[in-house]
Amino acid sequence: MIKAILIFNNHGKPRLIRFYQYFAEDMQQQIIRETFHLVSKRDDNVCNFLEGGSLIGGSDYKLIYRHYATLYFVFCVDSSESELGILDLIQVFVETLDKCFENVCELDLIFHMDRVHYILQEVVMGGMVLETNMNEIVAQVEVQNRMEKSEGGLSAAPARAVSAVKNMNLPEIPRNINIGDINIKVPSLSPF
Amino acid sequence: MSPSVPLQEMIRAIRSARTQCEERGVIQRECAAIRAQFRQADNGGRSHNLAKLLYVHMLGYPAHFGQMECVRMIASPRYSEKRVGYLGAMMLLDEKQDASLLITNSIKNDLSHSNQYVQSLALCTLACMGSAEMCRDLAPEIDRLLRASNSYIKKKAALCAVHIVRKVHELGELFAPAARSLLAEKNHGVLHGAVVLITELCERNPETLERFRKTVPDLVQIMKGLVISGYSPEHDVAGVSDPFLQVRILRLLRILGRNNEAASDAMNDLLAQVATNTDSTKTVGNAVLYETVLTVLDIKSESGLRVLAVNILGRFLLNNDRNIRYIAMTSLQRIVGTDHNAVQRHRGTIVDCLKDQDASVKRRALELSLALVSATNIRSMMKELLLFLSSCPLELRSQAASGIFNAAERYAPSQRWHIDTILHVLTTAGGDVRDETVPNLIQLITNTSELHCYTVHKLYRALLSDISQQSLVQVACWCIGEYGDLLLRGECQETEPVQVTEDDVLDALETVLQSHMSAPATRGFALTATMKLSTRITDNVDRIRSIVSIYGSCIDVELQQRAVEYNALFKKYDHMRAAVLERMPVIEKNSPGHTNGESTREAVKEVQPAKVKQAETLLPQQPANQVCDLLDLLGGSEEPLQSNPAVGSTVPVLPISTSSTAGGDLLDLLGGLEPTPLTPAPTVTVYEKSGVTLTLSREKQSDSGLTVTLTASNSTDSDISSFTLQAAVPKVNLKMRIRISYTSQGSAFQDTVQVDSFPEH
Repeated sequence: MIKAILIFNNHGKPRLIRFYQYFAEDMQQQIIRETFHLVSKRDDNVCNFLEGGSLIGGSDYKLIYRHYATLYFVFCVDSSESELGILDLIQVFVETLDKCFENVCELDLIFHMDRVHYILQEVVMGGMVLETNMNEIVAQVEVQNRMEKSEGGLSAAPARAVSAVKNMNLPEIPRNINIGDINIKVPSLSPF
Repeated sequence: MSPSVPLQEMIRAIRSARTQCEERGVIQRECAAIRAQFRQADNGGRSHNLAKLLYVHMLGYPAHFGQMECVRMIASPRYSEKRVGYLGAMMLLDEKQDASLLITNSIKNDLSHSNQYVQSLALCTLACMGSAEMCRDLAPEIDRLLRASNSYIKKKAALCAVHIVRKVHELGELFAPAARSLLAEKNHGVLHGAVVLITELCERNPETLERFRKTVPDLVQIMKGLVISGYSPEHDVAGVSDPFLQVRILRLLRILGRNNEAASDAMNDLLAQVATNTDSTKTVGNAVLYETVLTVLDIKSESGLRVLAVNILGRFLLNNDRNIRYIAMTSLQRIVGTDHNAVQRHRGTIVDCLKDQDASVKRRALELSLALVSATNIRSMMKELLLFLSSCPLELRSQAASGIFNAAERYAPSQRWHIDTILHVLTTAGGDVRDETVPNLIQLITNTSELHCYTVHKLYRALLSDISQQSLVQVACWCIGEYGDLLLRGECQETEPVQVTEDDVLDALETVLQSHMSAPATRGFALTATMKLSTRITDNVDRIRSIVSIYGSCIDVELQQRAVEYNALFKKYDHMRAAVLERMPVIEKNSPGHTNGESTREAVKEVQPAKVKQAETLLPQQPANQVCDLLDLLGGSEEPLQSNPAVGSTVPVLPISTSSTAGGDLLDLLGGLEPTPLTPAPTVTVYEKSGVTLTLSREKQSDSGLTVTLTASNSTDSDISSFTLQAAVPKVNLKMRIRISYTSQGSAFQDTVQVDSFPEH
């Protein structure tokens, strides 16, 4: 079982935290700090498995982490999960984020925290691995996002109007209409 | 409009705060705005506010006021609001909060919603934070979804069922048939969920396990499909077809095949195939191989397969990738109990991993090395382990030290080696050893009487070089106190002698006493050692006297008490001093966990020690027929008598009995500082004639045995020699017949006495 999934940056600021077991808020922050402390000490060419976090679970739990550019992805798992499998799962999750956000970077995670949660919900559910096929995950997430957009409601109207017009295929407006000798100048309107 | 835009503005505002204080201000303002919005009845931007609240919650600020809002959002008909509401429920609520009960109804309704994504939201939330009551309520609903829905919902329902089974074990029965039928699905996601569910059911309930053994052929079939089938692009990860599913199935096969011949036979072929066909150049291939190896080693597989598995692990150990090496050591740890010899073959590689830079690899290597220590390799292994101890990371030190001690105790090839090893550990890592080490070591030293000289020399040298390691200093002080005369004598067979004067020794002890690095317990050791030296040395007794009297006004109460009592020993009870400070007896080996030997003997009136010692040696020499005579005398008892006399009675050879707490608890001896003996247990005088008195006391009645102490004393002016004692007891009733014989003033005496009743405790 996966006990927690934490994403934080090189300075320890949390970018996504998901606990599959209840912890009080201050406990959660303490766990994040402790995990960051343990993970940041690690060299770059050592193995990706860490033991020794005492707050989050004791002897049966280990931390499996991967470092991508400025972010640490840490999964806290117990012995019922295959360690190498989880390592691959982190890779799958990151690739999925990449597909959903188009060249994902830390800013995407910061400003679209809710979307990242929804993507994660398709991968891990209740502490257990749900789906590992990237295409499947991406497809489901797309459908759900479309559903959400489609019921935007009143407040969505202006934004939708703008996007609708942008996509409208206006035929080319001729600048000068030449019918024989009459030269009517069409006033130039600013493009929509 | 997605909730993201106002959320992004808030995030931007928080990020632009330059100090922590500013950030807190921004967040407080935002939270106040959110709270105000929540209180308003209905507004279009509800989902934004909850999203903002969740962001704030992630940063660590309190967000409990959003709980009711989550409940309201979940009940909303709009998908965007439901989505955020469920997310909020998963982050902010748990079964301990009252608000979680309120969402039960919403979840129930949403589980039968027409939109599958709403159903999935409900399933997800239930799997994350469903309480036992909620699970019980909704279990039939989940079962229905397991049978009749699309694959997207089925896979989610399967994992939800796992959560339900974890919360309410009895419901496992409900899901077993549905789980069984799910194995026929083609969709890998559903298969994966089904396998997880079956694994959980089998682990919980052995009867279910029996029933699911019948599915082994189906599982084997599925695996074969994955392994042999051609390239399938949708499930392929780096050349391996759906490795996650393969790993899950292998794990389930392991559980089903454990301890079962038939099931294990059915999977042998498959495991061999997977082991040979899987590509091990990528991580995913290794994950599958690793799982296969674990399965092979756990079920009743044939020996060829086992050899193959251990060889694969050996290959993993030599892999360059540290992750693989770590994994290999973890799995070797699991099989070191059963396949010890196979793992021994890789001992060299494992010991090399002790020197790896990576702390995780070191930790694994340490545990494995300690498990591999045996009588044959103890010397070489210990060398490596001691080398490791001197350079190991701090968090592993105490584990390494106690592991080394255990190994040394079990396999020490010689006493001297044992003592050397322990001293080495104390010098390198003395601060990290456990507390029992000191009494254990002292016990060990006392029991090896031939090495006393060697030990005390070594300890003295260690003490001179470094007095910061408390355990080492304590042991050293104790030894110097006990065997100071051997130290001063200067000669020693085992090690180079060093000329030590009495002043040097006293200087060393005084340094320990006065150093600020010494713990109070250590100073107690040093003071007692100084005191003991007063009988071992000849010239500097006055110096000792002055040290002791100085500490009579020490602030530390413990030290002060000791010093005062020692002072009294100098002044009023000087005649007793030699006897009190005599060498300690050989300490009985106690079971681990008892740091104190329990005091078994009482203090006794002053008896010439030397004479009484002889009796001990005479006892076994008694001819058998005399013993039989004695037994006949017991007549009248129905049960057969024991042939060995002298059960439980001992003639105390020491003038003073001590509690065997190493640590010089002479305080116990000095009790009330009276010459009369302490009698903690009731005693009975069984014989008193011409100055010879025998008293019996009964102590420490345990379930299986009873300790009776017999004390013999002589109150005449003349010596008694050749004191012999025989005793006979019947098996059942507690009676005793005692015969004594001795020589006094040239004439021999003999007497017999019967004891019918023992003093009650």
